[in-house]
Amino acid sequence: MAEIQTNDHNEGGKNKQKKQQLRVDFTPMVDMNMLLITFFMFCTTLLKPQTMNINMPTKDKPVVDSGNDVRASGAVTVILAGNDEIYYYLGMPAEDGSSYEDASFLVQSSYAPDGFRQVLLKKNAGTYEQIQDLKVQLQRGEINDSIFRKMSADIQDKAMKELKIAPTVMIKPTDLSTYKNLVDVLDEMLICNIGAYAVIDMSDGDRYLLYKKTGNNAYLTPQQLAQGSSGVKGKKK
Amino acid sequence: MAKVKVKKQSTFIDMTAMSDVTVLLLTFFMLTSTFISKEPIQVTTPSSVSEIKIPETNLMTILVDEHGKIFLSLDFQQELVMKTLQDVGADYGYTFTPKQYDSFKKLKSFGLPINSMAAFLDLPVDKQDAYLTDVANARVGIPTDSVEVRDGLGVISKDNEFKRWVSHATSNDDALQIAIKADRKTNYPVVKKVIDDLRDMRKNRYLLITNLKTASSE
Repeated sequence: MAEIQTNDHNEGGKNKQKKQQLRVDFTPMVDMNMLLITFFMFCTTLLKPQTMNINMPTKDKPVVDSGNDVRASGAVTVILAGNDEIYYYLGMPAEDGSSYEDASFLVQSSYAPDGFRQVLLKKNAGTYEQIQDLKVQLQRGEINDSIFRKMSADIQDKAMKELKIAPTVMIKPTDLSTYKNLVDVLDEMLICNIGAYAVIDMSDGDRYLLYKKTGNNAYLTPQQLAQGSSGVKGKKK
Repeated sequence: MAKVKVKKQSTFIDMTAMSDVTVLLLTFFMLTSTFISKEPIQVTTPSSVSEIKIPETNLMTILVDEHGKIFLSLDFQQELVMKTLQDVGADYGYTFTPKQYDSFKKLKSFGLPINSMAAFLDLPVDKQDAYLTDVANARVGIPTDSVEVRDGLGVISKDNEFKRWVSHATSNDDALQIAIKADRKTNYPVVKKVIDDLRDMRKNRYLLITNLKTASSE
């Protein structure tokens, strides 16, 4: 595509030949590059998908008392209801069943940063700040990734076993919740540096609580529905 | 005479600089981006702040769409992928021709009952794509309902086809990791069914594929 531009006027004759310019026309080259760029923009993605690790409890053996029972003071139960609603209660329902009649036991919250996250941060105070400090160090490059992981695991372990201040979060998704709700809550665990959390099934008591709170009987099991509210009450223990 | 000379000047724009810029852009795109893998269903993953990257190989992705259709994508050594098909086929008494194995190898992801697998693999590639993307078709998606399985000795297992796929794939490749890629609108019971099936097979560690949460989406 070389284009030799000669002077149009031949007045000078052979003397002017030395002024010849050699210019390569890059227009087709640019065209081709633009096409390639367009192709790459449409057919590729810049973002590699991220992943989130999750461990589920095994089904192998029934969970026996292995000594690491959840401390009632550290227990936080989150219930993921339909319509992106989220409810939580702290501790365990009282043995005598009074919690089931107490309307303020189950609290509604939200997925917004000022919602459920604040509850978790308050419960996880101390541990959260320490790990946050580590994260800053990690960003500055003072510690590497594996050291960070080990140190934060140590902090979480210490808070759980020695100081006994770390919360244990039990995530209970209802059948009306979506996958996004689950990921959002798992995300909150990451944000709040919670060490111990598990996704578990709703218990009958939780269903009854949610039913009392929302008035929606879709949360109840068929058996609970058949037995009516008296049956529900009887089953809660 | 002077005026005529001015008119004859050609307007020649120097494209060299432009070309430089485009080549730079092209290089950037080629180095930073990865190709979008062809998936039969469009899945919008939820976003999270997790920054763990997915492993490149030894990955089995379970695609779950909004309506609970399940697709599998096997990303490990090709001989093992073929062996997995052979094993699953053997469980249900199906064998495949070398041509069908070849066609299976080229599939990025698949999701259909094993009884229509042979016919599906005989289709040309564009027909295969059309078949899989037709989500309304009841014959698309790996069945998760339990059907009796007979293996060679007549022993009956109660596993569903999805479980057979997963268990054969994981027994063929020890380092295989399981990733779940579900749509954000998927109802929880659908995901729970998948996770329960995996837990039945003592697979308790999964990667949930998510998008990186940006400040604006929070």
